[in-house]
Amino acid sequence: MSVEVALCACAFTHADGTRALLPTDLAIRPGETLAVLGPSGCGKTTLLRLIAGLAFPDPPGRVLFESRDVTRLPIERRNVGMVFQSYALFPNLDVAGNVGYGLWLRNVPKAERDARVARWLAMMRIPELAHRRVDQLSGGQRQRVALARALAVEPAVLLLDEPLTALDAKLREELRVELAGLLRDLGITSVFVTHDQAEAMALGDRVAVMRAGKVEQLGAPEDIYRRPATRFVAEFVGMLNVLAGEVRDGTLHLPGGSLPANGLAPGPALAGARPEELRLDPEGTLTGRVQAAFFLGDRVRVVVTGAAANPITVETTGAAPRPGEVVRLSAAPPAPWPLPDA
Amino acid sequence: MTRHRGAGFAAGLAFTALVAAFLIIPVILSMLAGLTANYQRGIIASGVTLLWVDRVLELYAHTIGLSVGIALAALVCTLVLGVPVAYALARHPGRFARLAEEALVMPVAIPGIATGLALILAWGAVGEFRTHWSFILVGHVLFTLPFMVRSTLAVMLAVNLPTLEEAARSLGAGFLARFRTVVLPNAAPGILAGSLMVVTLSLGEFNMTLMLHTPFTMTLPVGLADSYASMRLEIGSAYTLVFLVLLIPLLVALQWASDRAFGLAVRR
Amino acid sequence: MGRDRLALAVLVAPAIAFLAAFFLFPLVLMLRTGATGPEGWATYAIILTNDRYLASLWKTVALAASVTAATLVVSGIAGVFLARTRFRGRRLLTAFLTLPLAFPGVVIGFMVILLAGRQGVIGELSAALTGERLVFAYSLAGLFVGYLYFSIPRTVLTVMAAAETLDPALEEAARSLGASPWAVVRDVIIPGLKGAFLAAGAICFATAMGAFGTAFTLATRIDVLPMVIYAEFTVGANIAVAAALSFLLGAITWAVLAAARTAAGGTVAAAG
Repeated sequence: MSVEVALCACAFTHADGTRALLPTDLAIRPGETLAVLGPSGCGKTTLLRLIAGLAFPDPPGRVLFESRDVTRLPIERRNVGMVFQSYALFPNLDVAGNVGYGLWLRNVPKAERDARVARWLAMMRIPELAHRRVDQLSGGQRQRVALARALAVEPAVLLLDEPLTALDAKLREELRVELAGLLRDLGITSVFVTHDQAEAMALGDRVAVMRAGKVEQLGAPEDIYRRPATRFVAEFVGMLNVLAGEVRDGTLHLPGGSLPANGLAPGPALAGARPEELRLDPEGTLTGRVQAAFFLGDRVRVVVTGAAANPITVETTGAAPRPGEVVRLSAAPPAPWPLPDA
Repeated sequence: MTRHRGAGFAAGLAFTALVAAFLIIPVILSMLAGLTANYQRGIIASGVTLLWVDRVLELYAHTIGLSVGIALAALVCTLVLGVPVAYALARHPGRFARLAEEALVMPVAIPGIATGLALILAWGAVGEFRTHWSFILVGHVLFTLPFMVRSTLAVMLAVNLPTLEEAARSLGAGFLARFRTVVLPNAAPGILAGSLMVVTLSLGEFNMTLMLHTPFTMTLPVGLADSYASMRLEIGSAYTLVFLVLLIPLLVALQWASDRAFGLAVRR
Repeated sequence: MGRDRLALAVLVAPAIAFLAAFFLFPLVLMLRTGATGPEGWATYAIILTNDRYLASLWKTVALAASVTAATLVVSGIAGVFLARTRFRGRRLLTAFLTLPLAFPGVVIGFMVILLAGRQGVIGELSAALTGERLVFAYSLAGLFVGYLYFSIPRTVLTVMAAAETLDPALEEAARSLGASPWAVVRDVIIPGLKGAFLAAGAICFATAMGAFGTAFTLATRIDVLPMVIYAEFTVGANIAVAAALSFLLGAITWAVLAAARTAAGGTVAAAG
């Protein structure tokens, strides 16, 4: 029983007149996980707070849960589950108290409440923590408690504000996998805000990339990565090589040689290629000199100068070339692809 | 802890110990004097007695009762007036909050004697108010309210109350449920420290109370001043002893409570 | 947003109403009362030119300033020492230093008498050592000792709290660059504690300006400003002058605290 969430012409202006969000239309499909990605100050948290009911859109903006207009409902009456960046666990309650708080507010009888709390703690694989004080929990445990607390009330929508940011890198990766599985299994409509593009790619069924109070692109992770709608999206999501040259006779001519034009229009052209779309290739038609090579464990990242106007980054699984060495490059289609001007 | 310590440590320790001695020796002296049969001859020559303490309780018991009563009443008033203010300031930091805080702190910034005089000029002629103990209570509430507000506010900000409340709201908690189950329990260390501060300050308030009191409403510190001026030294000492026996446990508890509230601020 | 504002107003209203009725209104009335004497509003000008009041004002300011300076030096050293070292008995020493935090001025005055009064310990000691009985409780020196006594605990607490938040790496960095211990104090510790010194100093000064209990206990002859006000009010029944002087005293202490708060950026208030 998943819920569709829609924002209709939702804008938000702060009391001091600054515009945090430009008028935005956004439909989140039932059961979908939408990742909202953007740099700090882009309006992604504002968007989340509008859906939550912690902030209200400027008129005539509307927020709909299914066909129900919840625009004027404050958060306590929207039945949303929210996971905060700081987790905001109640220090005065133990773990079970935190998870059961929403049920207690809904007058769920104690026996049933205990059973449901136990079920959620088991699902989060932390049943042994039920009577632990929250200040005795590790970061990962806090995250799980926060999630259990938000889900225990069976919310219509689950909202997550940078849920993994407070954790260290290794744990973050682990919980990302776990969270992705959980959201898929539960089939609950969820919106989750992050500034980490890898997280957005891994967790989102779709990703909304935001900048300066506006959604720049909304699409599947692969679309966002392979077919960025704007220059900002292209550069913000993943590493990007900018190839500025000229297309003549089906070939993109660059300072260090050429690459197949792949249908780029003739004339001066701006093309993009991801590091893994380029490779070191003795038969390649583009030549440059290795500036540096970084060993990354499973692969080697090589920075090449002279091939294009700016240094180009290539990733290879083969042996690392030496700085100063001359190398040849080729591209794997669809690269080079057209790069939006703006 | 067996690290070598230099001369600097020894000098620092000696200096700090000297300052501590300066603060503690007079306390011990005045307490002992209250138990000495004859101060002029000394405690060893004349012996220990509770006679003076008995005399004090006979002469001044009413001041002790009144001071304790006023302190507790001031506590109730500052809780009722101050905790909501702290909550409002924690929830809505901004220009208005700064202004309200500024206004609230003013009575502490202005000498008690001036505030006392102003209160007499404004309200001294209104009915029986002047001779009632609530006249003193008003002054004490003015003076202690900022301490309640600030202590409570500090803890509320330290536990990041606004976010905790948002969390409670997201789970469906309305204002009253939130206030009872999230705000009060989490602000409790600050409220406790503030309460102890209010009671301690009220018990010892003199500057304003000397102006506000009447012969019918003599508080403990005013009684102390009276005994210092008009009684023999042993009675003044015994009275001081009684006062310190009342005050020192409160101060120790206050230290403990503030450490707890402040430790909270550091830990989070 | 509108509902939030309303809730805020409801929460703050009782306290503000209380403050308005029993503080702001009386203050305004006192300001006016200061002008009800034979000279009217000129009373305010007269108290600022009258030799006796002026001498009392300067004496009070000088006393408050010297107490502040001495307190900052003493509490600065003790506070930094306690915050930066760990040894057995440290907690007890800290407890001793902060115990008299809320002792009323009257009691402190009495303690000064026990120390330096006619039957005081210092007198006994000096009589035994030099044959001369040292008695200074009933003078400005006695008042100075008393004010120092009640200023130290509060200031030590402020300094300790600030010193504990000082990053030890700063000091280590300075030492790694070859700074002498004195240079570390001058260039790292004192600048790092500037805010705390400013705040604590302002409180100390304002409190010493308005303190009354100690002077009241020690002697009626010490004519610091609060004593003059009390005398004008009770003995002289000169209510206009008492009101004008009170207003002046309040304005000075409030201004000092407000200035310190602006400079330090934190909340600063006096007590005692």
